[in-house]
Amino acid sequence: MFKILDAKQLASDVKWFRIRAPLVAKHRQPGQFVILRLHETGERIPLTMANADRNEGTIELIVKAIGKTTRELCKKEAGDSIADVMGPLGHPTEIMRVDHAVLVGGGVGTAVIYPLASALQAVGCFVSSITGGRTKELVVLEDELRKVSNVVYATTDDGSYGFKGTVADKLRELMADKRRPIGVVYAAGPVPMMRAVCELTRSAEIKTIVSLNPIMIDGTGMCGGCRVTVGDKTKYACVDGPEFDGHLVNFAELSDRLTTYRKQEQISLERAEHAGHQCRLNEAAKASR
Amino acid sequence: MSMTAKERMAISRQHMPEREPMERNRDFREVNLGFSVALAQLEANRCLQCKDRKCVSGCPVGIDIPGFLEKVSAGDLRGAAELLLSANALPGITGRVCPQEEQCEQVCIRGKKGEPVAVGHLERFVADWARENLDMKQLIGSPTGFRVAVVGSGPAGLTCAGELARKGHNVTVFEALHQPGGVLTYGIPEFRLPNKIIDGEVDRLRQMGVKIICNVVIGRTFTIDELLTEEGFDAMFIANGAGLPIFMNIPGENLKGVYSANEYLTRSNLMRAYDFPDFDTPIIRAERVVVIGGGNVAMDAVRTAKRLGAKEATLVYRRSRNEMPARAEEVKHAEEEGIIFKFLTNPVRYLGTEDGWIRGVECQQMELGEPDESGRRRPVPVKGSEFVIECDVAIPAIGTRANPLLTSTTPDLKTNKWGYIEVDESGATSKPGVYAGGDITRGSATVILAMGDGKKAARSIDQYLQGKTPKTAKR
Ligand SMILES: Cc1cc2nc3c(=O)[nH]c(=O)nc-3n(C[C@H](O)[C@H](O)[C@H](O)COP(=O)(O)OP(=O)(O)OC[C@H]3O[C@@H](n4cnc5c(N)ncnc54)[C@H](O)[C@@H]3O)c2cc1C
Ligand SMILES: Cc1cc2nc3c(=O)[nH]c(=O)nc-3n(C[C@H](O)[C@H](O)[C@H](O)COP(=O)(O)OP(=O)(O)OC[C@H]3O[C@@H](n4cnc5c(N)ncnc54)[C@H](O)[C@@H]3O)c2cc1C
Ligand code: SF4
Ligand code: FES
Repeated sequence: MFKILDAKQLASDVKWFRIRAPLVAKHRQPGQFVILRLHETGERIPLTMANADRNEGTIELIVKAIGKTTRELCKKEAGDSIADVMGPLGHPTEIMRVDHAVLVGGGVGTAVIYPLASALQAVGCFVSSITGGRTKELVVLEDELRKVSNVVYATTDDGSYGFKGTVADKLRELMADKRRPIGVVYAAGPVPMMRAVCELTRSAEIKTIVSLNPIMIDGTGMCGGCRVTVGDKTKYACVDGPEFDGHLVNFAELSDRLTTYRKQEQISLERAEHAGHQCRLNEAAKASR
Repeated sequence: MSMTAKERMAISRQHMPEREPMERNRDFREVNLGFSVALAQLEANRCLQCKDRKCVSGCPVGIDIPGFLEKVSAGDLRGAAELLLSANALPGITGRVCPQEEQCEQVCIRGKKGEPVAVGHLERFVADWARENLDMKQLIGSPTGFRVAVVGSGPAGLTCAGELARKGHNVTVFEALHQPGGVLTYGIPEFRLPNKIIDGEVDRLRQMGVKIICNVVIGRTFTIDELLTEEGFDAMFIANGAGLPIFMNIPGENLKGVYSANEYLTRSNLMRAYDFPDFDTPIIRAERVVVIGGGNVAMDAVRTAKRLGAKEATLVYRRSRNEMPARAEEVKHAEEEGIIFKFLTNPVRYLGTEDGWIRGVECQQMELGEPDESGRRRPVPVKGSEFVIECDVAIPAIGTRANPLLTSTTPDLKTNKWGYIEVDESGATSKPGVYAGGDITRGSATVILAMGDGKKAARSIDQYLQGKTPKTAKR
């Protein structure tokens, strides 16, 4: 069992956790992830480590509640436990020493790029971070990013906060600024967002590293479920990635494969919501007795 | 020894009771029901107690087969179990999954004229009896103070751990997944090998003091070198299995609904997706499923598909029935359960729908040509014979290759050109104190060979440690 030591709500559906996992913490490097399973009947899901402290033996996760498992996880509080946490998995991020590095995070993708900021600053990069969401509520980790970036831009599609437009729109602006040419872009977020970023940087020939999020099970290369096409080669994201050269990734295939279980995900979610509802009804009934 | 050879010869091979095909192909409970004591005795009586004991030389671990069969026929089940267990620590598993028809039963004298003695069924019977009736606690030697790490909890790792614990060494098994057992747990389905048997073995190891730590990926959570230095292990055994599934490299492989057999079986067995939504992991329950391959893995996948509700579960194999590497019993069971077999058929591409789902497999008819390196006749395509099998799920089960995760982080561990770890006859690798066995040294092999490797390595490790001082004692 892996104990949750701290939990904090970052936005309405985004939660931060600090978890005791000394073996994982010991070797964790930026860009690596864990696979966790909440309980005996749970599924295995991958989550990036936002941070780790090897002396304390802890890792940090930032989770967006989108489906059954992430919602269930986001209901957990300090003191609760998680059945299995396995890691660290995947290759650490290749930290490039350039004059200007831009980090682009869409939604919870910000959790994936956040740990890179301090690593890039540590090797002397000027770090610009762009974090965006559809609306104000969905912009996460802005304050945290400020502590580890030289500049931070928040964007919202609807203009309810910060720059009005997508993270890609903001990146286009930065690219146009010839005073600070960009050496590398790191992007993580929804597939359409990463794709848009890569389209922009491709013509400008700016190296772009994306963190891919295919469906995973084992995380050891054993199942091939996480396969993605990169430069016409099949790669297993859990062991060959999760980061790849964005200009070579087949995004259409990735976003399509991510819809494989849409029907089942809906069933799971409805059942869980229904059970939660029943539970509250029962409690209410008990209380009124 | 009251029976004459003639009387023994007069008994025909006994059939092990099994569940009705059309009932069992809808759930995941075990197909075979096992011999009763009476049937077991009758079958054991068929053994001629030969002098030259061909069956024993056919057994990869040299079980005293006539010895334990004689005890079964005499009704001494305890004696039979003790004899069996002295050579094979996991008979409940091998009795269920060994390819007996290529080992002991292939060379059994009685098979020359008629059918061989049902050694596998009897092994299963004795093991199951022992599990119910014997205190299986193993005697363990007095503590040596040596600490040995085992990587992987498949049959090779578990066997090695047990043998080392018996010799008094302090053993820790590191397993990447959340549950021990390796392929026995994530690959081979419940209907062939119930998990409770593996759980029983794992519990027994724990009672012997073996620590099994799950969720640890060697090569990531620890490197081999760290285990030998910082973590203070005196020796180690690597048995991380073969791993990576092979795809055929034909068009359409990444369509939705194309699974590697490993993924399909892992979802179903390890994650219990067949109980979705009670268990959270989903799996596609398709009406028409095509599985490609002719081995045990393909057989397990296609029979799983049937149990998940497929109306048409089809196995496509490029050679003919005779060349199928799967266990004979599995092929027979699959046929009874209504699996459709298409022999001499090879897929050339997967066809997709507009929204990215698989809708069929385009195949080619094959014919058998000249024998290849394996001695089997090589299948060659028949020109213009292409046809389509429509399906909603397709599962290539055409083999695995070495997983580089561990070896790539241990550069001084010598591998061969396919990435498998090189070992000498004692199981030693190029790294002092580090031994290896099972699929990671052989490529995809069998449970019994993996167990044999585990046992051999335990003996070698024990010898290697003689005369050394435990690292932890030096501190
Ligand atoms: C390497 C990697 C790192 C990730 N890091 C983070 C992170 O730091 N924070 C975060 O909030 N999310 C992260 N994710 C995504 C996270 O794993 C999914 O949101 C989660 O699995 C969804 O599970 P669910 O049951 O809540 O939702 P579901 O309803 O099951 O699925 C919602 C969507 O999530 C995707 N998904 C479903 N199952 C899986 C699975 N087993 N593996 C991957 N994706 C899946 C699918 O696209 C699906 O449509 C990461 C994914 C990967 C591959
Ligand atoms: C579906 C299927 C059916 C089969 N049917 C039969 C059959 O009927 N009869 C038969 O004889 N053989 C059968 N086989 C083959 C047989 O299962 C294997 O030969 C045997 O399991 C190999 O044993 P092993 O101990 O070497 O490895 P495995 O059983 O593969 O176990 C390796 C273990 O190591 C773990 N691991 C991997 N990497 C790491 C790491 N880096 N750190 C920590 N742990 C790690 C894995 O998670 C796994 O648990 C079948 C195989 C499959 C896939
Ligand atoms: S070869 Fe057959 S008949 Fe002879 S001892 Fe072995 S099992 Fe008995
Ligand atoms: S998650 Fe199974 S191979 Fe990557």
